[in-house]
Amino acid sequence: MHPAFSVIFLTTLIGAAQGLFLALFTAQSYAAFKLLPQPDAHAFYGQGSLLALVLLIAGLGASFFHLGHPERAWRAATKWRTSWLSREVIVLPAFMGVVFLYGLAHWLGWHPVMMTLPGGLPVDPSAILGVAGTLLAFALFVCTAMIYASLKFLAEWHSPLTVINYILLGGASGFSLAAAFAAYTAPELVSFLTGWAIIITLLGLVGRAASLYRNARLKPKSTLQTAIGIKHPRIVQKTQGFMGGSFNTREFFHGSSVGVLRAIKWFFLVAVFPMPVVLLASGMQGATILLAAAFLVQYAGLLAERWYFFAQANHPQNLYYQSIA
Amino acid sequence: MLAANATIPPLQEIKTTTCYMCACRCGIRVHLRDGVVRYIDGNPDHPLNKGVICAKGSSGIMKQYSPARLLKPLKRKVGADRGAGEFEEIEWEEAFATLAERLGKIRATDPKKFALFTGRDQMQALTGMFARQFGTPNYAAHGGFCSVNMAAGMIYTIGGSFWEFGGPDLDRAKLFVMIGTAEDHHSNPLKIALSKFKRDGGRFISINPVRTGYSAIADEWVPIRPGTDGALLLAIIHEIIATGLYDREFLVQYSNAGQLINVNEANDEFGFFVRTEVPTEEACYEPQDKLWWDRTTDRAVVTHKPGADPYLLGEFKLPDGTPVKPAFQLLHERVKDYTPEWASQITGIPAEVIRRLAYEMGVTARDQKIELPIAWTDSWGNEHDTVTGNPVAFHAMRGLAAHSNGFQTIRAMAILMSLLGTIDRPGGFRHKAPFPRPIPPCARTPNDPRAVQPNRPLDGMALGWPSDPDDLFVNDDGSPVRIDKAFSWEYPLSVHGLMHNAITNAWRGDPYRIDTLLIFMANMAWNSTMNAVEVRQMLNDRDENGEFKIPFLVVCDAFHSEMTAFADLILPDTTYLERHDVMSMLDRPISEFDGPVDSVRVPVVPVSGDCKPFQEVLIELGTRLKLPAFVTKEGERKFRDYPDFVVNWESEPGSGIGFLAGWRGKGGEKSLRGEPNPNQWEMYKKNNCVFHYELPKSYQYMRNWNKGYLEWSQRNRITRYAEPILIHIYSEVLQRFRGAAQGKGLTRKPPQNLRKRVETYFDPLPFYYDPLEAQLTDKHKYPLAAVTQRPMAMYHSWDSQNAWLRQIHTHNYLYVNARTALSQGIADGDWIWVESQWGKVRCMARHSEAVEPGTVWTWNAIGKAAGAWNLTPDANESQKGFLLNHLISEELPADAGMGAGQRMSNSDPITGQAAWYDVRVRISKAEAGEPEQTSPQFAVMKPYPGMKTRSSILAFLGIKAK
Amino acid sequence: MTQLALVIDLNVCVGCQACVTSCKEWNTSGSAGPMGDQNPYGADPTGTFFNRVQTFEVGEFPNTETVHFPKSCLHCEDPPCVPVCPTGASYKRKEDGIVLVDYDKCIGCKYCSWACPYGARELDEQQQVMKKCTLCVDRIYDMTMAPEDRKPSCVKACPTSARLFGDIHDPQSAVSLAIRESGGYPLMPEWGTQPANHYLPRRKTRIKIHEDELERADNPLKVDRQLPRPAMDEPTLDDVTTW
Repeated sequence: MHPAFSVIFLTTLIGAAQGLFLALFTAQSYAAFKLLPQPDAHAFYGQGSLLALVLLIAGLGASFFHLGHPERAWRAATKWRTSWLSREVIVLPAFMGVVFLYGLAHWLGWHPVMMTLPGGLPVDPSAILGVAGTLLAFALFVCTAMIYASLKFLAEWHSPLTVINYILLGGASGFSLAAAFAAYTAPELVSFLTGWAIIITLLGLVGRAASLYRNARLKPKSTLQTAIGIKHPRIVQKTQGFMGGSFNTREFFHGSSVGVLRAIKWFFLVAVFPMPVVLLASGMQGATILLAAAFLVQYAGLLAERWYFFAQANHPQNLYYQSIA
Repeated sequence: MLAANATIPPLQEIKTTTCYMCACRCGIRVHLRDGVVRYIDGNPDHPLNKGVICAKGSSGIMKQYSPARLLKPLKRKVGADRGAGEFEEIEWEEAFATLAERLGKIRATDPKKFALFTGRDQMQALTGMFARQFGTPNYAAHGGFCSVNMAAGMIYTIGGSFWEFGGPDLDRAKLFVMIGTAEDHHSNPLKIALSKFKRDGGRFISINPVRTGYSAIADEWVPIRPGTDGALLLAIIHEIIATGLYDREFLVQYSNAGQLINVNEANDEFGFFVRTEVPTEEACYEPQDKLWWDRTTDRAVVTHKPGADPYLLGEFKLPDGTPVKPAFQLLHERVKDYTPEWASQITGIPAEVIRRLAYEMGVTARDQKIELPIAWTDSWGNEHDTVTGNPVAFHAMRGLAAHSNGFQTIRAMAILMSLLGTIDRPGGFRHKAPFPRPIPPCARTPNDPRAVQPNRPLDGMALGWPSDPDDLFVNDDGSPVRIDKAFSWEYPLSVHGLMHNAITNAWRGDPYRIDTLLIFMANMAWNSTMNAVEVRQMLNDRDENGEFKIPFLVVCDAFHSEMTAFADLILPDTTYLERHDVMSMLDRPISEFDGPVDSVRVPVVPVSGDCKPFQEVLIELGTRLKLPAFVTKEGERKFRDYPDFVVNWESEPGSGIGFLAGWRGKGGEKSLRGEPNPNQWEMYKKNNCVFHYELPKSYQYMRNWNKGYLEWSQRNRITRYAEPILIHIYSEVLQRFRGAAQGKGLTRKPPQNLRKRVETYFDPLPFYYDPLEAQLTDKHKYPLAAVTQRPMAMYHSWDSQNAWLRQIHTHNYLYVNARTALSQGIADGDWIWVESQWGKVRCMARHSEAVEPGTVWTWNAIGKAAGAWNLTPDANESQKGFLLNHLISEELPADAGMGAGQRMSNSDPITGQAAWYDVRVRISKAEAGEPEQTSPQFAVMKPYPGMKTRSSILAFLGIKAK
Repeated sequence: MTQLALVIDLNVCVGCQACVTSCKEWNTSGSAGPMGDQNPYGADPTGTFFNRVQTFEVGEFPNTETVHFPKSCLHCEDPPCVPVCPTGASYKRKEDGIVLVDYDKCIGCKYCSWACPYGARELDEQQQVMKKCTLCVDRIYDMTMAPEDRKPSCVKACPTSARLFGDIHDPQSAVSLAIRESGGYPLMPEWGTQPANHYLPRRKTRIKIHEDELERADNPLKVDRQLPRPAMDEPTLDDVTTW
C-alpha cells in the first residue's frame, strides 16, 4: 500500500493521545487507591488532558487530508453497523469529548463525591469520566486497528496482532509522553509512568516482532493464477492496459526500493523500542530531557513504523498492475 | 443512484456518418448534446461493422477536440529553416493564389515538376483524377509503402486480393490460416468474423513471428522467421502436390494449370503458352486460345473443349515437334526441392509441423466440402446445380507484403489457395466488387514520356497495371518517367507507386528535379518514411545557390506533426466529422462478399477554425487552374463544391458513372449507373450513409468464371469484358518481362544493368529468395530481424494527440524473446541499443515469450519528436518512445550490383513495395550512466500560430459548446 | 432476484481496447462522469477509466499463450467494498445487483478501494470521489433507446462480442448458459466475494487426421499417371523375388 502521511499522522497522534489519557487515568486510579501520591490535578490531569486533546485534534486534522471531500466527513458516521471506519468516526469525537470533560473536571477542580464505593472509595465525576474515557480509548484503538485488521485481503493486517499492536504502540508512546509530561508537572509520578512506559514498550516490541515474524512467513492467498483464472506455473503480465499510472498504481504501491523498506524497518525497530527504553530507564530519576527525548524518538520511530505498516501490506489488486508495455 | 449528474440532459441528436479513425470505414452514429460530440457508437444498421466499434472509433471525440489541430492556413516565415516550425497565419485566399500561380506556371511548362503524394489511398478517385487532369505522372497514394505486394501478388494471380478487394469467408470456413497479419487490415469486420468463426468451432492457425492481437486467440501459433513465409508456402505446396491433396477439377477448369507451355529453350516463345492463333485485338482480357493435352484423345485441344480433360502432369510434343508441358507440371518441378526439411532450415518451423499444416489444409479442403444449392452457369455455358466450397480460408497482410521477396511469396500463397480450390467459393476466399478484375486489370499508365505535355491532362492513368514491358512508363532509353521510378524497369509492376522514394529522388534530382511537392496526410518526416533522420535533412537541404533542393513543399493535414514543420505552406484539413467524403466504387469501396457497397461521410459538426477539407482544396485549385474536369468549355467554374462535384461529375458526359453508385438517376431510382441525382447526398444520409447492392445468390460465387455475374458486371460497367478470369498458376505476365530481359521477343528490353535483376525476379513461377537487404547484410553481425506492427488502439502516428488512446500506448518497448535478451545480458526493462547497418536507436527492452527468438519487434509510430502533435516536450512519446524507422533505409546499400552509382530502392524488385521488414539488427545493453531517454532526439517542436493551447487536465463533461 | 453481470470470453478477446474507450466516452458524458484525465497531453498521462484490458503471457516460447484480459468491477454478490463504506455511498442495488457509488455521499476516503481485491475502483482525481463501472445503469433502463442499445457501452462496442451481458441468476439467460456450458469461472474465488462477472476460458479446436485419411481412392495424381508415393518405378520385392 502507499503510505499516506495523513493516515500515518492520524493513527500515531491519536494513538499517543489515547495512551496519554490512559496514563493519566491510570495514575489517578493508583492515586485514588493511595498507591501513588496525589499530583497537582490541575497541572497534571488538566493540562495532560489538554495535551491529549491537542494531539487528537491534530490527528483528526491530519485525517481530513486523506479525504477527497472533507466537508462531507459528517456523513461518515452513518454506517456504524458495518463499517469500522464509521465506528472510528463516531468513537473519536466521543473520546475527544470525554477527554475534554475529564480535563475540565480536573482543571476546575470539580470533585463532588457522587457516590462511594464499597471500601469507602469516593467517586467523583473525573473518575466516571476516566472510566468512560478508558473504555472509549480502547474502543478507539480497536476501531482504528480494525479498519485495517478487518480487511481480509491484506493478510499483513488481517490479524489480532494488528489490534494488539495499535493498543501497545499507542499505549507505549502515550505512557512515554506521560512520563516526560510528568517530569514537568508531577515529578512524583515520573518513575511510575516511566516504569509502565518501559513495560508497554517492551510488550509492544514483542507484539510488533510477532507481527513482523508472521508477515515474513505469509503465503499470498491470491496469485496471478487465481487473479486471471488460468492454471499455469508461468504467467507474466506484459501490460496492465495503460502506461502513465492510475489510481491503482498510486494508491496501492509504496514505490520504494527493498533497501529503503529494510532501512525503515530497522530504524523503527531501534527508534520505537530499545532507544526509548534506554532513554526512559536513564531518565527515570527525573531527567526531563532524557524523557522528552524518549518520547520524541519513539514518536519519530512510530511514524516510520506506521509507514512500514502500510508499505509492507501487499494488496492482491497489485497482481493486476505489474507491467507496462 | 449516481446523484451527482443525474440531471444531465439526454443526448439530443444522433447523426450517422462513416468513421475515419482508421481506414476500416465503419458506420457510426454520432450523438450530440448542444452541438458537442458526446458519444460515438457503431451503427447497427451498417453492413461493415454491424454496430460494433473499436477503441479508435470510440475515441473520435478526443480527435475532434484535440489541441493538435491546425486551424489556420500557415506560411513558413521568410528565412526560417524547414523543420523549425516558424510559421505565420495567412488566409485561404493567399494560399490559393500562391498555389494557383505556382502550379499554373508548372503546368504551362513541365507538369511533371508537380508531384502529389497522399498518405491515404481511399480518396484516389479524386486525388488521382486531379493529378491526371493537371498532367503530372507524379502521383501516388501510400500503397507502395503499405501493402502493394498483397494487392499485386494476388491480383496478378487470382484477379483479386484481401481487405477492400476480398477476404476469407469465415462464415463457412472450417480452417482459417492467418499468416503475416498484425492487428489491422481488416479491423472490425475481421474481429467480428474471427469470433464467430471460433464460436462455430472453426480451427484457427496463426503463422507469425509474434503472438499478439488476433494471433492470441489462435488455436495454434506457428512462429516463423520474418521474410521466410515464401519458403513455408512453397513447402506446403510441395506437400500438397506430393500427396495429391489439390483440387484437380478446380485447377483444370478455373486456372491455367492445364495449359501447355512451350518448353523449347531455344525458341523465342520459350516459357509462353502455346496459342491456337495470334491475338488480333489488344485487349486486357485473355482470349481462350490456349491448349490442353487431352487425356481421352491424347492430343492437344483448345482449352475447355466440351468433353476434354487435360493432363496436369507430364511432357508432350506438339505435332510440329515443340516440346510442351502443362503449367502444373512446371509448378510440380519448381517445388520438387522445396521440401519441408528444406523449409524448416529457413523458417525455423519443424518439418513435421509443415507437413501437418499441409495435411490439415488439404484434408479439410477435400473432405469437408460444402455444397450450396445455388445454380449458376460458368463462362463456357456449363450449368451447375450447386456451388462447391472447400472450407479453408486464408488471410495475409503486411507480414508477407513488406519484404522484398513479398510478391513471389504472395504469389505462392495465392497459388496454394488455388490448389486447395478455394477461390471465390464458400468457406474460402471471396471477392468484393469491383473485383474480380482481369489479370492484370485494364488500367494502364501511358507508356511514352510524350504523354506528359504542358497544359494538357496526362494521356493515361498515373497508376495502372502493366501486362508486358511495352506498358512500362519509361523514356526511350528505358529510364523512368516518374519521379518515384514506378513502372520503370527498376520496379516494373509498382502498381501503387513508390511514395517512399519520392523525397529522396526529388532531393537527389534522380531522375530529375521537381518544383512543388504536395503531400496530403502523410508523416513523411517521421513514421511514414524510412531513414527518417536523413530524409528530414533532405527536406531542408539547399543547393549551391541556397535554394531548397525541393523548392516548394505543401502539406495538407489536420494536425500538427513532424511533417507539417517542413512545409512552406500548410493547408489545415478538417476532421472526418466535419466533411463530406465518399468511399467510391471508383476507388476502394467497402463492398461485401455479396455485392457492391459504397458509403459516404457527411459533416455532423461545423468546420473548426479556418479548416477546409482537402477535397474542397483540390476542387478549388482545379477550378482556378482551369483543369478540364473542373471547368466548363468557357473556363467557368463547374462545381460549387465537393458535394456538388460528387453528385454531378460523370466519367464521361452521359456515362452515368459517378463517384457514388447508390440512388442514381433523376429520382434516385437507379443503382450503379444512372444520371446524376441532385438529392443523392440526402438519400445516403437517410440510409445510414451507405449503399449496399446485394447480388442474386447465383452471382455471388465463382465470379471469375460466372457468366451471369460477369455479364452483370459488364452491363453495369464495372468491367469492360465479360471474359472468364483464369487463375494464373503460371504467370505469363512475369515471363514477358523475363523474356525481354533474356533478349527475347519484340518488346522493349531492359537496360543492360537491370537485365539480370529482371530475369532473376520475374520468374513465372513462385520461388524463394532471401530478402534483398538480407542478401547484402552480414547476418552474423546483425543476427536479428526487426519488425513493427500497429496496435489496435492506435492508427499510425495519428492518435498520439488523442488524450484517451495515448494513455494506452504512450511509449513503446522493443520486445525481445527472453532467452535472446538474457544471452546479451539484457534484463526486462533495460535500456538497450538497437543497431542496423544504417543507424542505431536507444530504447527500452521488454522480455517476451510471444516472439520468435530471431525476431525483435515494437509498436509502430508510437515514438514522436519532442513537442510534436502539440504534446509537451517531456511527453513519454518523445522521451521513451522510439521509431524503428531510423534503422531502415529507403535504399539498398550503394553497391547493390546495379552498376556504378545507381541506388536502388529498398523494395521488392517486382512491385516496388517498401521492404520495411527486411531490416537486420543487433542489440546490446546501454552503458550505465547513459541518459534514460530514447535516441535519436530532435529539436523540440513548438505549437504553430492559431492552434488551441493544450490543457493540463481534462474533464470532458465540462466542455461547453462555443 | 436479478444479478446483472458481464461474462467475458477470453477465447475471443483480441485485446483491441474497444471496451476501454467506449466505456470512457459514454460515461464521461453520462451520469457517472466526468472521468477526468491529468496530463492528457503531457508526461505520464493518466485518467479515470472503469475498464482496462491487460495482457498476460502464459507459458514459455514456443508454447506461449497471449491472453488479453479485460477487467472492470465484478459486481460481487457479496461485495466487500460496500459494508466498509462509512457513508453508505457505496451500495449494491437489490433490484439488479449492480454495485454503485453515490457521488454526493462519497467523502473520498478510498476505504472501499482497499476493500476490493480486484482493483476495480478508481478515485477520480478531479472530482475526488470514488468511481467504478456502473454496468451503464444509465443505458440499460433507458426506454428512449432502442432495445438493442440498452446494454453497457462496452458490450455494444465489443467487435468480437467477447462481452456478454445479462442476469446470471436466470438459469435460462445467455450469460448463465455460457457460464454453464463454457466453463465460466470467477476471479479470486478464494475470497468468497462471489463476483457476478465471470470469465470464459480459452477453448481449442484441433484437427485429427488419421494416416489412412491422407490418400483417397480418387487421388488426382492417379489421373495424371502419377500415383502418390511410392512411385511406380521405385524398386519393389518383385524386382528380386523369384519364387
